[in-house]
Formats: sequence, structure tokens, C-alpha cells
Amino acid sequence: MNMQDSYITADGRTIGAPVMEMKNITLRFGGVVAIKDISFDIHEGEIRAIIGPNGAGKSSMLNVINGFYHPQEGEVWFRGKKRKPMKPHQIAKQGLARTFQNIALFKGMSTLDNIMTGRLTHMKSNMVSQMAWWGKAQDEETANREVVEKIIDFLEIQTIRKTPVGRLPYGLQKRVELGRALAAEPKLLLLDEPMAGMNVEEKEDMSRFILDVNDEFGTTIALIEHDMGVVMDIADRVVVMDYGQKIGDGTPDEVRSNQAVIDAYLGVSHD
Amino acid sequence: MLYREAGDFKTSYAKDQQTFPIAFDRWGYFITVAFAFLVVPFLINDYWVNAVVLPFLIYSVAAIGLNILTGYCGQVSLGTGGFMAVGAFSAYKLMTAFPELSMIIVILLSGGVTAFVGILFGLPSLRIKGFYLAVATLAAQFFLVWMFNKFPWFYNYSASGQISAPERSVFGFAVTGANVTPAVSYLFCLCFVFVLAWVARNLTRGANGRKWMAIRDMDIAAEIIGVDPLKTKLTAFGVSSFYIGIAGALLFAIYLGAAEVGEAFDISKSFLVLFMIIIGGLGSIFGSFAGAAFMVLMPVLLKNIMVGYLGWPTDLASHFQFVIVGGLIVIFLILEPHGFAQLWRLAKEKLRLWPFPH
Repeated sequence: MNMQDSYITADGRTIGAPVMEMKNITLRFGGVVAIKDISFDIHEGEIRAIIGPNGAGKSSMLNVINGFYHPQEGEVWFRGKKRKPMKPHQIAKQGLARTFQNIALFKGMSTLDNIMTGRLTHMKSNMVSQMAWWGKAQDEETANREVVEKIIDFLEIQTIRKTPVGRLPYGLQKRVELGRALAAEPKLLLLDEPMAGMNVEEKEDMSRFILDVNDEFGTTIALIEHDMGVVMDIADRVVVMDYGQKIGDGTPDEVRSNQAVIDAYLGVSHD
Repeated sequence: MLYREAGDFKTSYAKDQQTFPIAFDRWGYFITVAFAFLVVPFLINDYWVNAVVLPFLIYSVAAIGLNILTGYCGQVSLGTGGFMAVGAFSAYKLMTAFPELSMIIVILLSGGVTAFVGILFGLPSLRIKGFYLAVATLAAQFFLVWMFNKFPWFYNYSASGQISAPERSVFGFAVTGANVTPAVSYLFCLCFVFVLAWVARNLTRGANGRKWMAIRDMDIAAEIIGVDPLKTKLTAFGVSSFYIGIAGALLFAIYLGAAEVGEAFDISKSFLVLFMIIIGGLGSIFGSFAGAAFMVLMPVLLKNIMVGYLGWPTDLASHFQFVIVGGLIVIFLILEPHGFAQLWRLAKEKLRLWPFPH
């Protein structure tokens, strides 16, 4: 398979050119090497999983992608351009959104307001207009509310629209967080363990939402997940990391039969 | 049975997003505003204006200001007294330097100057949070009071070190000085309060308010979804200081008439306004009013009860007043840590169902 070009997945979807390319990324914290010389790419429209045992550097990788960490070596290419070192909020404006391993919602705000914050990069009215709640500010508020209501319908959370998210159960909070990320209409959506701590039913729901997002909106998704069943089912391609290094990359089937991956997960006998 | 959402269908998002979505609330609000503008001016007398109404209105503005910064944006500030002093001294300098300038513009410009100073002192907020930021703003409080004492230019080299408001009028009515009528000073402050509260509500319910609250609740997640933390925090400091500066200018020019910085704008003012927003409810415009009303009215009420009805000596009453108000604050915060605003919300939720339990 030629990684530079588009390809067709097993279930017949056409995947476009690379959106995000990581080239020889190395990230160090003092003497600790969190990521060591890793390269991989994420194609437009694909679901790309990053897996690996605990402490492999997966979350660090995600943090590099959305600008929390600046790698000491290597280049990040986004939509065909080399990305300069930027602050996370500038990167968000370029079309990157993410969810967090530990839910990072705005606890004091309602579900609606939380998802509306996801629209902030699309709202441009000035302060004077907002002060008077008139003209552009009000139009924007209504127009973006419409987009948000579509997402609320999509995620089936209509009944908790005006509930403060602090009061919601865990599974729903995860869903609201996905909604907030979706509201930004990202070019690339990063999901950090979207199914952590969920029961089977919630996992099935979440998997369905992820597939639907990819299918209906054509959103490119990169996700970290520990549940191998889920990963193998929904991901188009998988990167496997261990101790900060890439030990495997390919379709779920290729990765499953990769000896290095099996060793990393099951251990190797040292005799 | 009047307080219902049922049957009150919203057919557009604009209607659903209004400040008072429930008809009963909306009419209550209209009636209150009409009463405040059309009836109160004819009833009000000197005692009510000076003991109750003016301090309530002016501290409401200060409380809204601090609530924007602390309640909505999560940045703790103990510099309120100092920022009020900036507003007061700006008003004084503007009034004496430009005698022809309208008082309305003087007050607004004083707010502008304070906003600038507030942004300056807000710069460290990008690096420090919580208690450490509180200490940094405490430094602002002490520095500003010291500065206004130290440099005689600020009080026009007057021998007493006091600033006193010269007589100025708006539309032919005296608003400062000796010839003010209660109705005029009341209406003058009320207009500011009305407009500022309305603007604060609009700023906090829209995109801008969501940015502030996002920073308050989870600053890292806020940054990830595209909120610029520095810009957002500085707007909060600016807007908040604008309000607090206007409160300071009104307090000095309309209410006190003359002020000495160490006395009128010391650290106890910062705490007073902070108590108001904690008791009233953080992150609520209504809470700012409720907290200001509580802190202004309680002492007056207690004094009237203790001196007027029980016949206690004044000095005993004034000491007891501190004990009782302090005790009430503690009890209240144990019972309802989220303040009057939360009580009000709970009452409304109950009312929606009343008289049925579910």
C-alpha cells in the first residue's frame, strides 16, 4: 500500500491524501525520552488508532499534535504545510479539536453552553455588538445554536440540553465532550480514550457515534484506545507504540500478526 | 400556578435565548424596572437615599464588576478597593480639570481609566492563579492606595489630602455638591446601574461569557477549543475594572461627595464587595444585586431594630451589628454555599411544580 496516496478501505470507503504528517518526532522531558523518532500520517477521512501499553507515549503524541508539547526534533505537517510552533488555541483555529482522557468539560455550564463553546472559533462578532445583544452577535448566536442543536440531535442528548454537565453521569459527559469537539467542525478530531471506563453498552454507543461522525461528516479521526476489540473493529489503520517508539503501523490485520506488537502486549520470554 | 413554562412554547432560538424565558419572570422584571424608574423617585427621601438606596445601587455595580472577574472568569481579586479609588480619583481629576465636561462622560471616562489600570494589573494572571493571584491583586490594592496618598497631584495639593466633588449638573439638575435632591441622585445612579447590568447580562450570556466561563472551569480545555487565555483574562479584567471604576466614581462623586483614599477605599472595601458576590452567588448578575442588598441592608435593619425598637445604646448596637452580620454570613454560607442566586434558582424550580410535588 502506498502511504502517500489515497486508498480504499476494506469496507469500500475512499480515503484521501494525508491531512496530518508527523515526521521523525522526538520529544524529551529532561533525560526522559517520551517519543523517539516517530513518523506516521493520518489520511483524510480515515479513522486512525494509536495503541500501545501504558506509558508508551500515546497521550504525549496527541499533545504534540495539538500543540501542548513542542517536540525537540521532527516536523509536523498539517494539510500539506509545515506547521510552525504555535499555541494550542491557534492550532484549534486551524481545525483541530480533541477530547480528553479525563473528561475536561466546563462543569458549571449547561450541556448546551458546553457545546456552544465548541463553536467559538466560528464566532466573530465584536464586543460592542455583544454588549447590546444586537446585530451580528444575536444572528451568530442563533445561527450557531442551530448547528449545535443538530449535534445534540445527532448524539441523542436532547433531554439534558439545559442540565449543568457536572450533574450528568460519566457516559453522558463523555458524549457531551464529543459534542463539544464536533461543534468545532474540525478537519481532524483527536479522541483520547473515548471509551475509558465505560460498560459494554456505552462502548457500543460511543463506537457507533464515532463511526457515524466519520461517515456522515467525513471527519478524520485519530483516537487512542485500550480496548483492542473496539480498535480492531473501527480503525482503518493502527499505529502501535511502545516505550516511545513505533513498533507497528498498518491495517488492524497487519498489526495483529506483527510479532513485535504481540511481544509488546503479551511479553517475551527471556530464556 | 402562574409560574409555568408549560404552554409557553418557544418557536425560535432567539426566543429561547432571552434573559427571562418564563413569562412570569419577564413581567416581574418589567414591573420592577417601571417601579424603580417611575414610582420610586416620587417616594424617595433623604434618609432612604443616603442610608439604603444609593449604597445599594453603587455597590451593585461594583459587585457586578467583581462578579465578572471572579464569578464568571474565575480570577480572584482583592484589589476592588484600589480600583474603586482609581475610578474616584479619575472622576475627581476630570471634574476639576474639565469643568465643562458632562458628568455622564466623566463617570464613563473614569471607568475607562480604571479598565486600563485593571488590565495592567491583570497581566500576571496568565502566569498565576488562585490564591497567588489574590495576593498579586492585594498588592495592587496597597500600591494604589499608597500612590494616591503619596502624590499630592492626585488630590490637587489640597491640605487635608481629601478630594471633594465640585458642583456639577446634568440636564439642569445638580447631581453633585450641596444642592442635590434625592430623586436626582437616585435616578442618575439608577440609569448607570440599569444600563451596566443589561450590558453585563449580554456580555455574560453570549460568546464572550462562554469564553470567560470556559477559562474559569477548565483553562486547558478552553485553550484547546480555541480560547486565547491571555486575551480572555485581560478582557475580564478590563470589563470588571470598568464597572468597579464607575462604582468608585459614583461612590465618591454622588454618594460621599468628599473622600480620603485611605479611609474610603481601603482593603475592607475589597472584602466587602467580595462578600457581596460570595453571598449573592458567584457567576450571577442577580446574585450581585442580592449580595449588595444583603450587605447594605442588614446593618441598617439591625441598627433600626436594636436602637429603634430595643432601645440599646448606639455604640453597643454598632458593635453587635458586626457580630450579627458576621454570624449570619457564616450560617448562610453553611446552609447555601452558592449564595442567594442558587436559593432563587431552587425556589424557581420548586415554583414550577407547585403545588404538585413532582
